[in-house]
Amino acid sequence: MSAAFLRNKAAVLGLGLLAAIVAMAILAPVLYPDDPLDMVGTPFLWPGQDPSFPLGTDSLGRDVAAGIAHGARVSLLIGLWATVLGLALGVSIGAIGGYFGGWLDDVALRAVELFQTVPPFLLVIVLVAIWEPSIRNITLAIGLVSWPPVMRLTRAEFRSFREKDFVTAARGLGFGHGRIILREILPNALPPIVVTSSVMVATAILMESALSFLGLGDANRVSWGSMIGNGREVLRAAWFLTAVPGAMIVVAVLALNLVSDGLNEALNPRLGRS
Amino acid sequence: MSTWRRVTRTARRTALQAVPSVLAILALNFLLLQLAPGDAADVMAAQTGSPTAQTVLELRSRFGLDAPLLDRLAAYLDNLAHFSLGMSPRFNVSVLSLIGERLPGTLALMLTALGIALVVGIALGAVMARFAGRPLDRAISVISLCCYSIPGFWIGLMLVVVFSVKLDWLPSGGMHSVGIEESGLAALLDMARHMVLPAASLSLFFVAIYARLTRAAMLEAQEQDFARTARAKGLSPSAVAIRHVLRNALIPVTTMAGVHVGALLGGSVVVETVFSWPGLGRLAFESMMNRDFNVLLGILFLSSLLVIVANAGVDILHSWLDPRIEDVG
Repeated sequence: MSAAFLRNKAAVLGLGLLAAIVAMAILAPVLYPDDPLDMVGTPFLWPGQDPSFPLGTDSLGRDVAAGIAHGARVSLLIGLWATVLGLALGVSIGAIGGYFGGWLDDVALRAVELFQTVPPFLLVIVLVAIWEPSIRNITLAIGLVSWPPVMRLTRAEFRSFREKDFVTAARGLGFGHGRIILREILPNALPPIVVTSSVMVATAILMESALSFLGLGDANRVSWGSMIGNGREVLRAAWFLTAVPGAMIVVAVLALNLVSDGLNEALNPRLGRS
Repeated sequence: MSTWRRVTRTARRTALQAVPSVLAILALNFLLLQLAPGDAADVMAAQTGSPTAQTVLELRSRFGLDAPLLDRLAAYLDNLAHFSLGMSPRFNVSVLSLIGERLPGTLALMLTALGIALVVGIALGAVMARFAGRPLDRAISVISLCCYSIPGFWIGLMLVVVFSVKLDWLPSGGMHSVGIEESGLAALLDMARHMVLPAASLSLFFVAIYARLTRAAMLEAQEQDFARTARAKGLSPSAVAIRHVLRNALIPVTTMAGVHVGALLGGSVVVETVFSWPGLGRLAFESMMNRDFNVLLGILFLSSLLVIVANAGVDILHSWLDPRIEDVG
């Protein structure tokens, strides 16, 4: 599998970009130890105008490069943990519904349908406004709206596996439900879930940036979305303040999508190599 | 079964299934919003500049916000049974008229974006499938993957920089030109000019999705027996591609279009904010910020209805696209 993934040039490119962003997020406190919200230079320096501010400064004289580096932490943190939460909810509810069927499945399906009837981003806005915007609450809100597709996927996998011979054999050997779900079926159901999870991280990053853009981000942390929101105020005079953080979002999301495509090709045996 | 009977049966089944879900969603939304810190009375009192506890209490009692929770829920549902969504304390008009004012703008934007996304996406996908594995396929696939990764609000701002600020070709916001009274075709053209950038920003992501979906679905359909049969009976390659392969590939694509109505509404919140477009998305956001919960509840209710109607529409479309899909209700 890893060999198939590494043969895919686009996927390797995605992995490289992702590694660079992760490195930037980890190194941000070392490279820019001061608060990125501090005013450190002359306002409105264009990129390249002053070598000590390679990406320029914003309308308040804050270092754009420091904001980009620290913003990577916020994006990745929220993307990762929201996905973990969404996966935990989606996989467990989907596994239980798909494996047991019956009324449990009915209840799980109803819950998913209710969730999918409300536009997810509107629900995130409502939840974040109710709980007050902080990194933790934004993560919780995005995680809570992102489980339905994983649940449907997991449920479908479990429904198709539960009648397979190896599961019947495991039952015959007297294995408990928990063991069959976790040790027999789940490993077989994992590939499509793994592929979905990297798309989920990408979606969570996009949602976080839109929230921060609207002013519903964590006010104490700089994020790519809030940088775009601030840059918008001076769009005519200094469009680079909007362009730079947005380009970072595109690179991060593109990297995740490339990795997801690569995983899909490597893990999905039904896809022929063209 | 005739198409008409299938359509009416699907519609009836959807309505029967939808009523309990919509009521459940309404009640859940209502209870959820009660958890928010502060209400419309707090926000309005704060806006007077020097709020006293007395003002807040008076406002609260004027809008009926001081009644017990379940009484308010009952009153809301009672209103709903009489086709009313209550009043907006902030605007002092009925929620229904407020929504009626903003709905056309959002619908126009959403439908235009969805239309562009479907037409361009399916066309690109069909081209990719036709040239699968060749340079053209690769090039479009790289472009669509990029489009898939761009936040709609950001591309909107970048389009404004290029087409409004630098080139001065298109307006940067609003739905009509200010200060010009036009009617008929001129007004429509004016609105179309204002719609180009917002619709493009909103549709880009979905163009990419439909292109990728169409490509995958067409490649799969090409291998099926019916496509081989169509080729064997001597149909031209383009006839096979359009009448047999594409028609079948449309099924997964339209399914996703139904699912995407909710996502389009969510996307319209940010795109409407970027372009000062007078629509429901922005109204929903402002209502949340101002704790104007009747308006927000009304919009959430309406968007749930839209999602359900869209999915029913997709079901009906499917039974027309694929005669094998039988109504099982």
